[in-house]
Amino acid sequence: MIEVEHLTKRYGPTVAVSDVSFEVQKGEVLGFLGPNGAGKTTTMRVITGYLPPSQGKVRVAGFDVVEEPLEAKRRTGYLPENPPVYFDMTVGEYLAFVARIKRVPRREIKKRIAEVSEKVAITDVQQREIGKLSRGYRQRVGLAQALIHNPDVLVLDEPTAGLDPKQIIETRQLIKGLAGQHTVVLSTHILPEVSKTCQRVVVINQGKVVAVGAPDELTRWLQGYETVLVTVEGPAAEVMDKLQRVPGLHWVEPRETSDGAVTFEIHSEKGLDVRSEVARAVVESQWKLLELKTSGLSLEDIFLKLTTKDVAEEPSVSGEQLNIS
Amino acid sequence: MRNVLAVAGRELRSYFHSYIGYQLMRGYAVVCGFFFFSFTATYVVQEFRMAAMGGMGAPPMNLNEYIIQPLLEGVLTVALLLFIPPITMRLFPEEKKTGTIELLLTSPLTALQIILGKFLGAVGFYAVLVVLTFLYISVLFLYGNPNAKPLLAEALGLFLYGGALLALGMWISTLTKDQIIAASVTAEVFLLLYVLDWVTAYSSSTAGRVLSYLALTTHFHNFAKGVIDLGDLAYYLSVIVLGIFLTARSIEALKGRP
Repeated sequence: MIEVEHLTKRYGPTVAVSDVSFEVQKGEVLGFLGPNGAGKTTTMRVITGYLPPSQGKVRVAGFDVVEEPLEAKRRTGYLPENPPVYFDMTVGEYLAFVARIKRVPRREIKKRIAEVSEKVAITDVQQREIGKLSRGYRQRVGLAQALIHNPDVLVLDEPTAGLDPKQIIETRQLIKGLAGQHTVVLSTHILPEVSKTCQRVVVINQGKVVAVGAPDELTRWLQGYETVLVTVEGPAAEVMDKLQRVPGLHWVEPRETSDGAVTFEIHSEKGLDVRSEVARAVVESQWKLLELKTSGLSLEDIFLKLTTKDVAEEPSVSGEQLNIS
Repeated sequence: MRNVLAVAGRELRSYFHSYIGYQLMRGYAVVCGFFFFSFTATYVVQEFRMAAMGGMGAPPMNLNEYIIQPLLEGVLTVALLLFIPPITMRLFPEEKKTGTIELLLTSPLTALQIILGKFLGAVGFYAVLVVLTFLYISVLFLYGNPNAKPLLAEALGLFLYGGALLALGMWISTLTKDQIIAASVTAEVFLLLYVLDWVTAYSSSTAGRVLSYLALTTHFHNFAKGVIDLGDLAYYLSVIVLGIFLTARSIEALKGRP
Protein backbone atom coordinates (compact mmCIF):
# COMPACT_ATOMS: atom_id res chain seq x y z
CA MET A 1 0.00 0.00 0.00
CA ILE A 2 2.93 2.29 0.73
CA GLU A 3 6.19 1.85 -1.10
CA VAL A 4 9.20 3.92 -0.15
CA GLU A 5 12.18 3.37 -2.42
CA HIS A 6 15.62 4.81 -1.71
CA LEU A 7 14.15 7.93 -0.19
CA THR A 8 16.65 10.69 0.54
CA LYS A 9 15.68 14.09 1.87
CA ARG A 10 18.12 16.94 2.28
CA TYR A 11 17.59 20.35 3.77
CA GLY A 12 20.40 22.31 2.22
CA PRO A 13 23.58 20.56 3.30
CA THR A 14 21.99 18.49 6.08
CA VAL A 15 20.73 15.05 5.21
CA ALA A 16 17.59 14.31 7.19
CA VAL A 17 16.77 10.98 5.62
CA SER A 18 19.23 8.90 3.66
CA ASP A 19 18.36 6.05 1.31
CA VAL A 20 15.38 4.75 3.25
CA SER A 21 13.37 1.93 1.70
CA PHE A 22 10.46 -0.03 3.09
CA GLU A 23 7.01 -1.24 2.19
CA VAL A 24 3.78 -1.42 4.07
CA GLN A 25 1.20 -4.03 3.17
CA LYS A 26 -2.50 -3.35 3.01
CA GLY A 27 -4.14 -3.42 6.42
CA GLU A 28 -0.87 -3.54 8.27
CA VAL A 29 0.15 -1.34 11.20
CA LEU A 30 3.76 -0.31 10.80
CA GLY A 31 5.67 1.30 13.63
CA PHE A 32 8.34 3.84 12.90
CA LEU A 33 10.71 3.77 15.79
CA GLY A 34 13.61 6.09 16.38
CA PRO A 35 14.98 8.75 18.70
CA ASN A 36 14.03 12.37 18.25
CA GLY A 37 15.62 13.84 15.15
CA ALA A 38 16.04 10.45 13.49
CA GLY A 39 14.06 11.44 10.43
CA LYS A 40 10.67 9.97 11.30
CA THR A 41 8.70 13.14 10.78
CA THR A 42 10.55 13.97 7.57
CA THR A 43 9.79 10.54 6.13
CA MET A 44 6.15 10.90 7.07
CA ARG A 45 5.96 14.34 5.55
CA VAL A 46 7.27 12.97 2.28
CA ILE A 47 4.73 10.13 2.34
CA THR A 48 1.91 12.60 2.90
CA GLY A 49 3.15 14.89 0.15
CA TYR A 50 3.95 17.79 2.46
CA LEU A 51 7.62 17.71 1.48
CA PRO A 52 8.98 16.64 -1.89
CA PRO A 53 11.71 13.97 -1.75
CA SER A 54 15.23 14.99 -2.79
CA GLN A 55 15.75 11.54 -4.27
CA GLY A 56 13.87 8.29 -4.46
CA LYS A 57 10.25 7.41 -4.99
CA VAL A 58 7.26 7.15 -2.70
CA ARG A 59 4.01 5.57 -3.80
CA VAL A 60 0.78 5.55 -1.85
CA ALA A 61 -1.89 3.14 -3.07
CA GLY A 62 0.03 2.94 -6.32
CA PHE A 63 0.17 6.70 -6.88
CA ASP A 64 3.49 8.50 -6.91
CA VAL A 65 3.33 11.34 -4.39
CA VAL A 66 5.24 13.66 -6.69
CA GLU A 67 3.64 12.83 -10.02
CA GLU A 68 0.05 12.35 -8.91
CA PRO A 69 -0.08 14.22 -5.62
CA LEU A 70 -3.83 14.79 -5.56
CA GLU A 71 -4.66 11.11 -6.07
CA ALA A 72 -2.17 10.09 -3.39
CA LYS A 73 -3.38 12.75 -0.95
CA ARG A 74 -6.99 11.71 -1.46
CA ARG A 75 -6.09 8.31 -0.10
CA THR A 76 -4.01 9.53 2.80
CA GLY A 77 -5.04 10.73 6.22
CA TYR A 78 -2.36 12.51 8.19
CA LEU A 79 -2.12 13.47 11.81
CA PRO A 80 1.00 15.59 12.37
CA GLU A 81 2.63 15.72 15.77
CA ASN A 82 0.65 18.84 16.64
CA PRO A 83 -2.95 18.34 15.59
CA PRO A 84 -3.59 20.80 12.73
CA VAL A 85 -6.73 22.35 14.19
CA TYR A 86 -8.13 25.86 13.98
CA PHE A 87 -8.62 27.07 17.53
CA ASP A 88 -11.42 29.45 16.66
CA MET A 89 -13.67 26.78 15.15
CA THR A 90 -15.98 24.38 16.89
CA VAL A 91 -15.29 20.68 16.45
CA GLY A 92 -18.29 20.29 14.16
CA GLU A 93 -17.37 23.25 11.96
CA TYR A 94 -13.79 22.09 11.73
CA LEU A 95 -14.68 18.56 10.68
CA ALA A 96 -17.14 19.92 8.12
CA PHE A 97 -14.39 22.12 6.70
CA VAL A 98 -11.90 19.27 6.52
CA ALA A 99 -14.52 17.02 4.93
CA ARG A 100 -15.05 19.61 2.21
CA ILE A 101 -11.40 20.13 1.37
CA LYS A 102 -10.87 16.35 1.40
CA ARG A 103 -13.66 15.97 -1.12
CA VAL A 104 -16.17 14.02 0.91
CA PRO A 105 -19.38 14.17 -1.17
CA ARG A 106 -21.68 16.87 0.16
CA ARG A 107 -24.49 14.47 1.03
CA GLU A 108 -22.23 12.25 3.10
CA ILE A 109 -20.53 14.94 5.17
CA LYS A 110 -22.95 14.83 8.09
CA LYS A 111 -22.90 11.07 8.19
CA ARG A 112 -19.10 10.89 8.07
CA ILE A 113 -18.72 13.46 10.85
CA ALA A 114 -21.09 11.46 13.03
CA GLU A 115 -19.23 8.23 12.29
CA VAL A 116 -15.71 9.44 12.98
CA SER A 117 -16.81 11.43 16.01
CA GLU A 118 -18.32 8.27 17.40
CA LYS A 119 -15.14 6.34 16.63
CA VAL A 120 -12.80 8.72 18.44
CA ALA A 121 -15.33 9.64 21.15
CA ILE A 122 -15.80 13.33 20.49
CA THR A 123 -19.52 13.28 19.83
CA ASP A 124 -20.22 15.18 23.03
CA VAL A 125 -17.93 18.12 22.21
CA GLN A 126 -19.19 18.92 18.69
CA GLN A 127 -20.31 22.42 19.72
CA ARG A 128 -17.19 23.28 21.70
CA GLU A 129 -14.50 25.59 20.40
CA ILE A 130 -11.34 23.59 19.70
CA GLY A 131 -9.12 26.18 21.41
CA LYS A 132 -10.92 25.49 24.65
CA LEU A 133 -10.51 21.72 24.52
CA SER A 134 -7.85 19.78 26.40
CA ARG A 135 -4.80 18.39 24.65
CA GLY A 136 -6.29 14.89 24.64
CA TYR A 137 -9.47 16.04 22.95
CA ARG A 138 -7.54 18.06 20.40
CA GLN A 139 -5.52 14.98 19.57
CA ARG A 140 -8.73 13.05 19.02
CA VAL A 141 -10.14 15.80 16.85
CA GLY A 142 -6.90 15.55 14.87
CA LEU A 143 -7.43 11.83 14.48
CA ALA A 144 -11.04 12.39 13.40
CA GLN A 145 -9.75 14.83 10.79
CA ALA A 146 -7.35 12.21 9.43
CA LEU A 147 -10.15 9.64 9.21
CA ILE A 148 -12.92 11.80 7.82
CA HIS A 149 -12.47 10.88 4.15
CA ASN A 150 -12.02 7.22 4.99
CA PRO A 151 -8.47 7.05 3.62
CA ASP A 152 -6.69 3.85 2.66
CA VAL A 153 -3.55 5.01 4.40
CA LEU A 154 -3.24 6.67 7.78
CA VAL A 155 -0.04 8.40 8.78
CA LEU A 156 0.16 9.25 12.47
CA ASP A 157 3.11 11.19 13.83
CA GLU A 158 3.59 10.43 17.52
CA PRO A 159 -0.12 9.87 18.07
CA THR A 160 0.21 9.37 21.82
CA ALA A 161 2.63 12.19 22.60
CA GLY A 162 1.37 14.48 25.32
CA LEU A 163 -1.55 12.32 26.36
CA ASP A 164 -2.24 11.01 29.83
CA PRO A 165 -1.91 7.25 30.46
CA LYS A 166 -5.61 6.55 30.13
CA GLN A 167 -5.79 8.44 26.85
CA ILE A 168 -2.67 6.64 25.62
CA ILE A 169 -4.32 3.28 26.19
CA GLU A 170 -7.50 4.44 24.48
CA THR A 171 -5.59 5.79 21.51
CA ARG A 172 -3.65 2.54 21.12
CA GLN A 173 -6.89 0.58 21.25
CA LEU A 174 -8.31 2.85 18.61
CA ILE A 175 -5.32 2.43 16.31
CA LYS A 176 -5.44 -1.33 16.71
CA GLY A 177 -9.09 -1.17 15.75
CA LEU A 178 -8.21 0.69 12.59
CA ALA A 179 -5.87 -2.04 11.36
CA GLY A 180 -7.38 -4.14 8.64
CA GLN A 181 -9.58 -1.44 7.13
CA HIS A 182 -6.75 1.08 6.99
CA THR A 183 -3.05 0.77 6.44
CA VAL A 184 -1.40 2.61 9.30
CA VAL A 185 2.06 4.06 9.69
CA LEU A 186 2.75 5.50 13.11
CA SER A 187 5.89 6.95 14.56
CA THR A 188 7.03 6.83 18.12
CA HIS A 189 10.13 7.03 20.22
CA ILE A 190 8.71 4.70 22.84
CA LEU A 191 9.48 1.02 22.44
CA PRO A 192 6.54 -0.50 24.33
CA GLU A 193 4.20 1.45 22.14
CA VAL A 194 5.45 -0.41 19.11
CA SER A 195 5.09 -3.84 20.62
CA LYS A 196 1.58 -3.00 21.74
CA THR A 197 0.22 -1.59 18.51
CA CYS A 198 2.33 -2.61 15.54
CA GLN A 199 2.73 -5.75 13.52
CA ARG A 200 5.98 -4.61 12.00
CA VAL A 201 8.64 -2.13 13.01
CA VAL A 202 11.10 -0.04 11.07
CA VAL A 203 13.87 1.26 13.33
CA ILE A 204 15.38 4.45 12.04
CA ASN A 205 18.34 6.37 13.36
CA GLN A 206 20.35 9.20 11.90
CA GLY A 207 18.14 9.16 8.86
CA LYS A 208 18.91 5.53 8.06
CA VAL A 209 16.92 2.34 8.46
CA VAL A 210 18.66 0.31 11.14
CA ALA A 211 16.38 -2.68 11.37
CA VAL A 212 13.07 -3.98 10.09
CA GLY A 213 10.99 -6.78 11.55
CA ALA A 214 8.17 -7.87 13.79
CA PRO A 215 8.47 -6.48 17.32
CA ASP A 216 9.25 -9.89 18.90
CA GLU A 217 11.83 -10.72 16.24
CA LEU A 218 13.65 -7.55 17.04
CA THR A 219 13.53 -8.22 20.73
CA ARG A 220 14.96 -11.71 20.26
CA TRP A 221 17.74 -10.39 18.13
CA LEU A 222 18.49 -7.81 20.74
CA GLN A 223 18.97 -10.28 23.51
CA GLY A 224 22.16 -11.20 21.69
CA TYR A 225 25.53 -10.10 22.95
CA GLU A 226 27.92 -7.42 24.08
CA THR A 227 30.40 -6.05 21.60
CA VAL A 228 34.01 -5.12 22.38
CA LEU A 229 36.54 -3.72 19.94
CA VAL A 230 40.19 -4.40 20.62
CA THR A 231 43.22 -3.22 18.64
CA VAL A 232 46.38 -5.19 19.10
CA GLU A 233 49.83 -4.95 17.57
CA GLY A 234 51.01 -8.51 17.01
CA PRO A 235 50.67 -11.54 14.76
CA ALA A 236 47.03 -11.57 13.71
CA ALA A 237 46.46 -15.33 13.62
CA GLU A 238 48.01 -15.94 17.03
CA VAL A 239 46.17 -13.05 18.60
CA MET A 240 42.93 -14.38 17.24
CA ASP A 241 43.66 -17.83 18.53
CA LYS A 242 44.46 -16.48 21.96
CA LEU A 243 41.41 -14.29 22.10
CA GLN A 244 39.14 -17.17 21.20
CA ARG A 245 40.28 -18.95 24.33
CA VAL A 246 39.22 -16.12 26.62
CA PRO A 247 36.28 -17.49 28.64
CA GLY A 248 32.85 -16.08 27.87
CA LEU A 249 33.58 -15.09 24.27
CA HIS A 250 31.15 -16.20 21.58
CA TRP A 251 32.82 -14.97 18.53
CA VAL A 252 35.91 -13.07 17.41
CA GLU A 253 36.49 -11.55 14.03
CA PRO A 254 39.26 -9.33 12.64
CA ARG A 255 37.81 -6.11 11.35
CA GLU A 256 40.66 -4.03 9.96
CA THR A 257 44.44 -4.00 9.81
CA SER A 258 46.80 -1.07 9.73
CA ASP A 259 50.58 -0.96 10.29
CA GLY A 260 50.70 -4.39 11.87
CA ALA A 261 47.86 -3.60 14.24
CA VAL A 262 44.64 -5.52 13.96
CA THR A 263 41.25 -4.56 15.28
CA PHE A 264 39.02 -7.42 16.40
CA GLU A 265 35.38 -7.35 17.05
CA ILE A 266 34.46 -9.57 19.96
CA HIS A 267 31.01 -10.70 20.91
CA SER A 268 30.55 -11.98 24.38
CA GLU A 269 27.77 -13.21 26.59
CA LYS A 270 25.21 -10.64 27.48
CA GLY A 271 25.90 -8.79 30.70
CA LEU A 272 29.50 -9.96 30.85
CA ASP A 273 32.28 -7.38 30.70
CA VAL A 274 35.23 -9.20 29.16
CA ARG A 275 37.49 -6.21 28.76
CA SER A 276 39.82 -7.02 31.64
CA GLU A 277 40.11 -10.64 30.52
CA VAL A 278 40.92 -9.60 26.98
CA ALA A 279 43.48 -7.10 28.18
CA ARG A 280 45.21 -9.69 30.33
CA ALA A 281 45.32 -12.22 27.50
CA VAL A 282 46.97 -9.69 25.20
CA VAL A 283 49.47 -8.35 27.69
CA GLU A 284 50.45 -11.83 28.93
CA SER A 285 51.52 -12.71 25.42
CA GLN A 286 53.66 -9.55 25.24
CA TRP A 287 51.67 -8.01 22.42
CA LYS A 288 50.92 -4.35 22.42
CA LEU A 289 47.42 -3.41 23.40
CA LEU A 290 46.61 -0.22 21.49
CA GLU A 291 42.95 0.20 22.12
CA LEU A 292 40.15 -1.50 23.94
CA LYS A 293 36.58 -0.28 24.07
CA THR A 294 33.02 -1.40 24.09
CA SER A 295 31.52 -0.79 20.73
CA GLY A 296 29.64 2.47 21.13
CA LEU A 297 26.03 1.84 20.51
CA SER A 298 24.41 -1.36 19.58
CA LEU A 299 20.85 -1.60 18.44
CA GLU A 300 20.00 -2.33 22.00
CA ASP A 301 21.50 0.90 23.19
CA ILE A 302 19.34 2.70 20.72
CA PHE A 303 16.37 0.83 22.05
CA LEU A 304 17.40 1.78 25.55
CA LYS A 305 17.54 5.36 24.51
CA LEU A 306 14.21 4.99 22.87
CA THR A 307 12.57 3.45 25.86
CA THR A 308 13.88 6.12 28.15
CA LYS A 309 11.38 8.92 28.15
CA ASP A 310 13.76 11.83 28.27
CA VAL A 311 15.81 11.11 25.19
CA ALA A 312 15.34 14.68 24.11
CA GLU A 313 18.08 15.89 26.42
CA GLU A 314 20.65 13.30 25.43
CA PRO A 315 23.08 14.03 22.64
CA SER A 316 22.17 12.08 19.56
CA VAL A 317 24.03 8.96 18.51
CA SER A 318 27.01 9.65 16.31
CA GLY A 319 27.21 7.92 12.98
CA GLU A 320 30.48 6.01 13.03
CA GLN A 321 29.75 4.33 16.31
CA LEU A 322 26.85 2.60 14.74
CA ASN A 323 27.97 -0.62 13.21
CA ILE A 324 24.84 -2.58 13.05
CA SER A 325 22.34 -3.14 10.34
CA MET B 1 -14.10 25.43 -7.12
CA ARG B 2 -15.78 23.81 -4.15
CA ASN B 3 -12.39 23.51 -2.50
CA VAL B 4 -11.61 27.15 -3.14
CA LEU B 5 -14.90 28.17 -1.59
CA ALA B 6 -14.32 25.94 1.43
CA VAL B 7 -10.96 27.59 2.09
CA ALA B 8 -12.40 31.05 1.40
CA GLY B 9 -15.36 30.45 3.71
CA ARG B 10 -13.14 29.35 6.56
CA GLU B 11 -10.88 32.32 6.03
CA LEU B 12 -13.77 34.76 5.98
CA ARG B 13 -15.39 33.41 9.10
CA SER B 14 -12.10 33.54 10.98
CA TYR B 15 -12.13 37.35 10.55
CA PHE B 16 -15.43 37.45 12.37
CA HIS B 17 -14.19 35.09 15.07
CA SER B 18 -11.33 37.31 16.04
CA TYR B 19 -11.14 40.76 17.51
CA ILE B 20 -9.10 41.95 14.59
CA GLY B 21 -12.00 41.79 12.17
CA TYR B 22 -14.24 43.92 14.35
CA GLN B 23 -11.40 46.25 15.26
CA LEU B 24 -10.71 46.85 11.58
CA MET B 25 -14.38 47.44 10.79
CA ARG B 26 -14.72 49.85 13.68
CA GLY B 27 -11.53 51.73 12.82
CA TYR B 28 -12.44 51.95 9.18
CA ALA B 29 -15.95 53.15 9.96
CA VAL B 30 -14.57 55.88 12.20
CA VAL B 31 -11.97 57.12 9.69
CA CYS B 32 -14.30 56.90 6.74
CA GLY B 33 -17.13 58.49 8.70
CA PHE B 34 -14.98 61.36 9.93
CA PHE B 35 -13.85 62.35 6.46
CA PHE B 36 -17.29 61.80 5.00
CA PHE B 37 -18.71 64.16 7.60
CA SER B 38 -15.95 66.69 7.10
CA PHE B 39 -16.32 66.76 3.30
CA THR B 40 -20.09 66.97 3.59
CA ALA B 41 -19.88 69.82 6.09
CA THR B 42 -17.52 71.76 3.83
CA TYR B 43 -19.83 71.13 0.92
CA VAL B 44 -22.86 72.41 2.80
CA VAL B 45 -21.07 75.57 3.93
CA GLN B 46 -19.83 76.25 0.41
CA GLU B 47 -23.26 75.73 -1.04
CA PHE B 48 -24.83 78.17 1.42
CA ARG B 49 -22.27 80.78 0.44
CA MET B 50 -22.89 80.23 -3.24
CA ALA B 51 -26.63 80.53 -2.66
CA ALA B 52 -26.16 83.69 -0.59
CA MET B 53 -24.20 85.23 -3.42
CA GLY B 54 -26.91 84.24 -5.85
CA GLY B 55 -24.92 81.71 -7.78
CA MET B 56 -22.89 84.37 -9.64
CA GLY B 57 -23.33 82.37 -12.81
CA ALA B 58 -21.11 79.50 -11.54
CA PRO B 59 -22.22 75.98 -12.40
CA PRO B 60 -24.08 74.23 -9.56
CA MET B 61 -21.91 72.26 -7.16
CA ASN B 62 -21.76 68.55 -7.72
CA LEU B 63 -21.91 66.02 -4.86
CA ASN B 64 -19.79 63.50 -6.73
CA GLU B 65 -17.06 65.98 -7.38
CA TYR B 66 -16.99 67.60 -3.95
CA ILE B 67 -17.60 64.65 -1.63
CA ILE B 68 -17.33 61.22 -3.18
CA GLN B 69 -14.27 61.74 -5.34
CA PRO B 70 -12.08 63.36 -2.65
CA LEU B 71 -13.25 60.79 -0.12
CA LEU B 72 -12.21 57.89 -2.32
CA GLU B 73 -9.15 59.28 -4.00
CA GLY B 74 -7.82 61.61 -1.36
CA VAL B 75 -8.57 59.66 1.80
CA LEU B 76 -9.43 56.03 1.30
CA THR B 77 -6.51 55.20 -1.00
CA VAL B 78 -4.24 56.29 1.84
CA ALA B 79 -6.33 54.83 4.65
CA LEU B 80 -6.34 51.45 2.94
CA LEU B 81 -2.55 51.38 2.98
CA LEU B 82 -2.97 51.02 6.71
CA PHE B 83 -6.15 48.96 6.85
CA ILE B 84 -5.11 46.25 4.36
CA PRO B 85 -1.94 44.98 6.13
CA PRO B 86 -3.89 43.79 9.19
CA ILE B 87 -6.22 41.92 6.84
CA THR B 88 -3.44 40.05 5.07
CA MET B 89 -0.95 39.66 7.92
CA ARG B 90 -2.56 36.52 9.28
CA LEU B 91 -3.24 34.72 6.02
CA PHE B 92 -0.17 32.49 6.06
CA PRO B 93 1.75 33.23 9.29
CA GLU B 94 -1.11 31.89 11.39
CA GLU B 95 -1.31 28.66 9.40
CA LYS B 96 2.42 28.19 9.70
CA LYS B 97 2.46 28.89 13.40
CA THR B 98 -0.35 26.54 14.36
CA GLY B 99 0.69 23.87 11.87
CA THR B 100 -2.60 23.93 10.00
CA ILE B 101 -0.60 24.64 6.84
CA GLU B 102 0.25 20.92 7.03
CA LEU B 103 -3.43 20.09 6.86
CA LEU B 104 -3.92 22.27 3.79
CA LEU B 105 -0.82 21.07 1.98
CA THR B 106 -1.55 17.39 2.63
CA SER B 107 -5.18 17.68 1.58
CA PRO B 108 -6.12 16.97 -2.00
CA LEU B 109 -5.88 20.67 -2.87
CA THR B 110 -3.58 22.34 -5.35
CA ALA B 111 -1.48 25.24 -4.10
CA LEU B 112 -3.47 27.52 -6.37
CA GLN B 113 -6.75 26.43 -4.81
CA ILE B 114 -5.40 27.21 -1.35
CA ILE B 115 -4.11 30.60 -2.46
CA LEU B 116 -7.25 31.58 -4.35
CA GLY B 117 -9.36 30.48 -1.40
CA LYS B 118 -7.38 32.62 1.00
CA PHE B 119 -7.37 35.55 -1.38
CA LEU B 120 -11.13 35.34 -1.87
CA GLY B 121 -11.62 35.13 1.89
CA ALA B 122 -9.60 38.30 2.37
CA VAL B 123 -11.43 40.01 -0.50
CA GLY B 124 -14.70 38.95 1.13
CA PHE B 125 -13.75 40.71 4.33
CA TYR B 126 -12.54 43.73 2.38
CA ALA B 127 -15.93 43.80 0.66
CA VAL B 128 -17.44 44.53 4.06
CA LEU B 129 -15.29 47.66 4.26
CA VAL B 130 -16.33 48.68 0.76
CA VAL B 131 -19.96 48.21 1.71
CA LEU B 132 -19.40 50.40 4.78
CA THR B 133 -18.02 53.12 2.53
CA PHE B 134 -21.01 53.03 0.26
CA LEU B 135 -23.37 53.03 3.23
CA TYR B 136 -21.99 56.48 4.05
CA ILE B 137 -22.23 57.58 0.46
CA SER B 138 -25.81 56.35 0.23
CA VAL B 139 -26.72 58.93 2.88
CA LEU B 140 -26.18 61.54 0.16
CA PHE B 141 -29.08 60.03 -1.75
CA LEU B 142 -31.40 60.79 1.16
CA TYR B 143 -30.69 64.52 1.13
CA GLY B 144 -29.38 65.27 -2.32
CA ASN B 145 -29.22 63.72 -5.72
CA PRO B 146 -25.71 62.64 -6.60
CA ASN B 147 -25.10 61.01 -9.93
CA ALA B 148 -25.45 57.23 -9.42
CA LYS B 149 -23.62 56.04 -12.52
CA PRO B 150 -20.06 57.02 -11.52
CA LEU B 151 -20.57 55.10 -8.28
CA LEU B 152 -20.34 51.82 -10.18
CA ALA B 153 -16.94 52.71 -11.58
CA GLU B 154 -15.89 53.98 -8.17
CA ALA B 155 -16.95 50.77 -6.45
CA LEU B 156 -15.14 48.70 -9.08
CA GLY B 157 -12.06 50.88 -8.68
CA LEU B 158 -12.10 50.56 -4.91
CA PHE B 159 -12.38 46.79 -5.25
CA LEU B 160 -9.52 46.53 -7.70
CA TYR B 161 -7.31 48.86 -5.70
CA GLY B 162 -7.97 46.87 -2.54
CA GLY B 163 -7.61 43.58 -4.42
CA ALA B 164 -4.17 44.59 -5.67
CA LEU B 165 -3.08 45.52 -2.15
CA LEU B 166 -4.52 42.28 -0.75
CA ALA B 167 -2.68 40.17 -3.33
CA LEU B 168 0.64 41.84 -2.53
CA GLY B 169 -0.02 41.65 1.20
CA MET B 170 -0.82 37.96 0.89
CA TRP B 171 2.49 37.34 -0.82
CA ILE B 172 4.42 39.20 1.87
CA SER B 173 2.59 37.17 4.51
CA THR B 174 4.02 33.95 3.08
CA LEU B 175 7.54 35.14 3.77
CA THR B 176 7.36 35.11 7.55
CA LYS B 177 5.88 33.27 10.50
CA ASP B 178 5.33 36.47 12.41
CA GLN B 179 2.16 38.47 11.88
CA ILE B 180 3.63 41.72 13.17
CA ILE B 181 6.53 41.52 10.75
CA ALA B 182 4.16 40.64 7.94
CA ALA B 183 1.98 43.65 8.71
CA SER B 184 4.80 46.15 9.07
CA VAL B 185 6.66 45.03 5.95
CA THR B 186 3.41 45.10 4.02
CA ALA B 187 2.64 48.65 5.17
CA GLU B 188 6.17 49.68 4.27
CA VAL B 189 5.90 48.25 0.75
CA PHE B 190 2.49 49.86 0.27
CA LEU B 191 3.81 53.22 1.35
CA LEU B 192 6.67 53.01 -1.14
CA LEU B 193 4.32 51.98 -3.92
CA TYR B 194 2.11 54.89 -2.97
CA VAL B 195 4.82 57.52 -3.19
CA LEU B 196 6.35 56.14 -6.38
CA ASP B 197 4.69 58.76 -8.55
CA TRP B 198 6.04 61.60 -6.46
CA VAL B 199 9.30 61.32 -8.37
CA THR B 200 7.56 62.76 -11.42
CA ALA B 201 7.45 66.02 -9.54
CA TYR B 202 11.21 66.24 -9.92
CA SER B 203 11.91 64.25 -13.01
CA SER B 204 10.08 63.84 -16.26
CA SER B 205 12.56 61.31 -17.62
CA THR B 206 11.47 57.89 -18.89
CA ALA B 207 12.41 56.30 -15.59
CA GLY B 208 10.29 58.84 -13.80
CA ARG B 209 7.34 58.11 -16.01
CA VAL B 210 7.73 54.37 -15.56
CA LEU B 211 7.84 54.74 -11.79
CA SER B 212 4.83 56.95 -11.87
CA TYR B 213 3.03 54.39 -14.01
CA LEU B 214 3.82 51.68 -11.47
CA ALA B 215 2.48 53.68 -8.55
CA LEU B 216 -0.69 52.19 -7.17
CA THR B 217 -2.67 55.39 -6.92
CA THR B 218 -2.06 56.85 -10.39
CA HIS B 219 -4.48 54.34 -11.82
CA PHE B 220 -7.16 55.11 -9.33
CA HIS B 221 -7.71 58.64 -10.59
CA ASN B 222 -9.96 57.70 -13.50
CA PHE B 223 -12.00 55.32 -11.38
CA ALA B 224 -12.51 58.04 -8.78
CA LYS B 225 -13.87 60.31 -11.50
CA GLY B 226 -16.28 57.57 -12.47
CA VAL B 227 -14.46 56.49 -15.61
CA ILE B 228 -13.48 52.91 -16.30
CA ASP B 229 -10.26 52.95 -18.28
CA LEU B 230 -9.14 49.59 -19.68
CA GLY B 231 -5.51 50.46 -19.02
CA ASP B 232 -6.20 51.02 -15.35
CA LEU B 233 -8.30 47.89 -15.18
CA ALA B 234 -5.47 45.90 -16.74
CA TYR B 235 -2.96 47.43 -14.34
CA TYR B 236 -4.83 46.38 -11.21
CA LEU B 237 -5.65 42.95 -12.58
CA SER B 238 -1.97 42.42 -13.42
CA VAL B 239 -0.94 43.37 -9.91
CA ILE B 240 -3.47 40.88 -8.52
CA VAL B 241 -2.20 38.12 -10.81
CA LEU B 242 1.38 38.99 -9.92
CA GLY B 243 0.59 38.79 -6.21
CA ILE B 244 -1.05 35.40 -6.62
CA PHE B 245 1.83 34.15 -8.75
CA LEU B 246 4.44 35.27 -6.21
CA THR B 247 2.44 33.65 -3.43
CA ALA B 248 2.38 30.38 -5.37
CA ARG B 249 6.14 30.52 -5.85
CA SER B 250 6.63 31.20 -2.19
CA ILE B 251 4.42 28.27 -1.18
CA GLU B 252 6.40 25.96 -3.46
CA ALA B 253 9.63 27.12 -1.85
CA LEU B 254 8.10 26.58 1.58
CA LYS B 255 7.66 22.90 0.84
CA GLY B 256 11.38 22.33 0.58
CA ARG B 257 11.96 23.45 4.14
CA PRO B 258 11.43 21.56 7.38
